[in-house]
This record gives sequence, C-alpha cells and structure tokens, in this order.
Amino acid sequence: MAVKVIIPTPLRVYAAKKDSAEVSAQTVGEALGGLTTQFAELRKHLFTDDGKLRSFVNVYLNDEDIRYMAKEATPVKDGDVVSIVPSIAGGSAKLDNQAGQG
Amino acid sequence: MAGGLQLNISYDLAERIGQHGAETFPHECCGALLGRDSAFEENAGTDGSREVLELVPLVNRRDDSPRNRFAVTAEDVLDAEKAARKHGLDVIGWYHSHPDHPARPSQFDREHAWPWYSYVIVSVMSGKPAEMTSWRLNDDRLAYTQEPIAIRNRAAV
Repeated sequence: MAVKVIIPTPLRVYAAKKDSAEVSAQTVGEALGGLTTQFAELRKHLFTDDGKLRSFVNVYLNDEDIRYMAKEATPVKDGDVVSIVPSIAGGSAKLDNQAGQG
Repeated sequence: MAGGLQLNISYDLAERIGQHGAETFPHECCGALLGRDSAFEENAGTDGSREVLELVPLVNRRDDSPRNRFAVTAEDVLDAEKAARKHGLDVIGWYHSHPDHPARPSQFDREHAWPWYSYVIVSVMSGKPAEMTSWRLNDDRLAYTQEPIAIRNRAAV
C-alpha cells in the first residue's frame, strides 16, 4: 500500500528538508519503519534504543490517533496519510517536594 | 549543526514572554514561537539564524505539577501549526518559564526535547521576569547548545 507520511518541522532537517515521504507499507509501524529506512537519522528521534516509539511522538492515521486504534499494528490502505505530531514537555530542575511548597 | 545559531526576537515579543511567566507565576507558562528559519528560506543562507515573529500563548496541561512541569498536547501543537500557516510562518520553537529557578534546561527538559526547535526559558523570580535564554537540542540528544538571543527594537518582517 502506498501511504504518505507527514514529517514534523523539527525532523525535516533529517529528511532532506522534505515535509512528507511516500512509503509502501501494510501497517502504521511498517510505514514508520519505511520512513526511517529512507532517512536513517530520523530513527533516534522517533524511537527509543529498544525500538519503542518515544512517548512524546504522536502518530495519527488520517485524523485518528493510533493509540485509540491498533497502535503500530493499525493497518493502512492506499492513499492513507500517517502524520507524526510532536507533543512538548519540560520543566525546571526544581524538585517536586520543593515545588509543592511554593 | 553549523555554528552561528541566533534567535532574533523583538523587544515587544520578548516582553510578552516574560509577562506570560509573571501572570502564571508560581506556575510554569508555555507557548509556541512562530517565525522563520533561514535554512527553510529560498535563496537564504543557512547561517542558523531564525526570527520569532509571533507568539501563541498556551495553557499548561500539567495541572498535576504546574510549578515545575509544563506540557503541550499534540492537539495544541496542531493548533499552533495552523496559526503559523495562517501567518505564513512555521512553529520554530517553544517557550516556558522556570518559576524561582534559573533559566537553564533541566534533565527532564532534555529527555523530552525535540531537535531543531528553539526552547526559550524565562526565569521568573518572586513573580518578576528575569533572565531569558534559548537552547537547541544537539543531534545526538545528549546535550543542548545555547542559542544567543538578539533582542531587536522591531521585528524585520
């Protein structure tokens, strides 16, 4: 199945500045695998060392979050769009117990 | 990443980031930085400089620990990207405040950071905006590089 993968802005520098790529895949996981085969430098920003999607990497199949479908095993069909969407988190090094005292 | 990193921002927008941090104190504030990166401009040099031209203040989704954590959901990111496209800009980074703490990235910041984005941190001491810094995650994800902030009187649109 030919699907389009949308690459988020912060990762385009690792994907020849492209905002999307065409890959051949049967599942969302295969589509992401195909993307990192084309652009190997993307891998460490999408996956942890043991191969799991990083927690702040969100993946949508068309407009559905794959967490509410079959996750990476979610099947894809011709013309589907897989979007990688960042979520952002952070905070200060202030300890939680200090932070609670205000 | 090549040297010469620099984040250009107008005085007004820099002030607004500090004010947002003062408003949410003692909780962390957060928001999106919209602008342009020289690397994505046609016929532009790739000197690593970028310019903030608009802000999208966001709600801190970490209501369980808002004094030392912030979170921006994927839906908020998509909304910020939509706002950027409306202005013909990109989301080039994110800002957040460190209430009563220095403007230095934490270990937690690094574990959750994306490369390429500028991460602006404003320290808010006793409710007043203090130092503002900007950071970019290195390609190897092991450390940040500090990105000098150049505050200008007017944004060069």
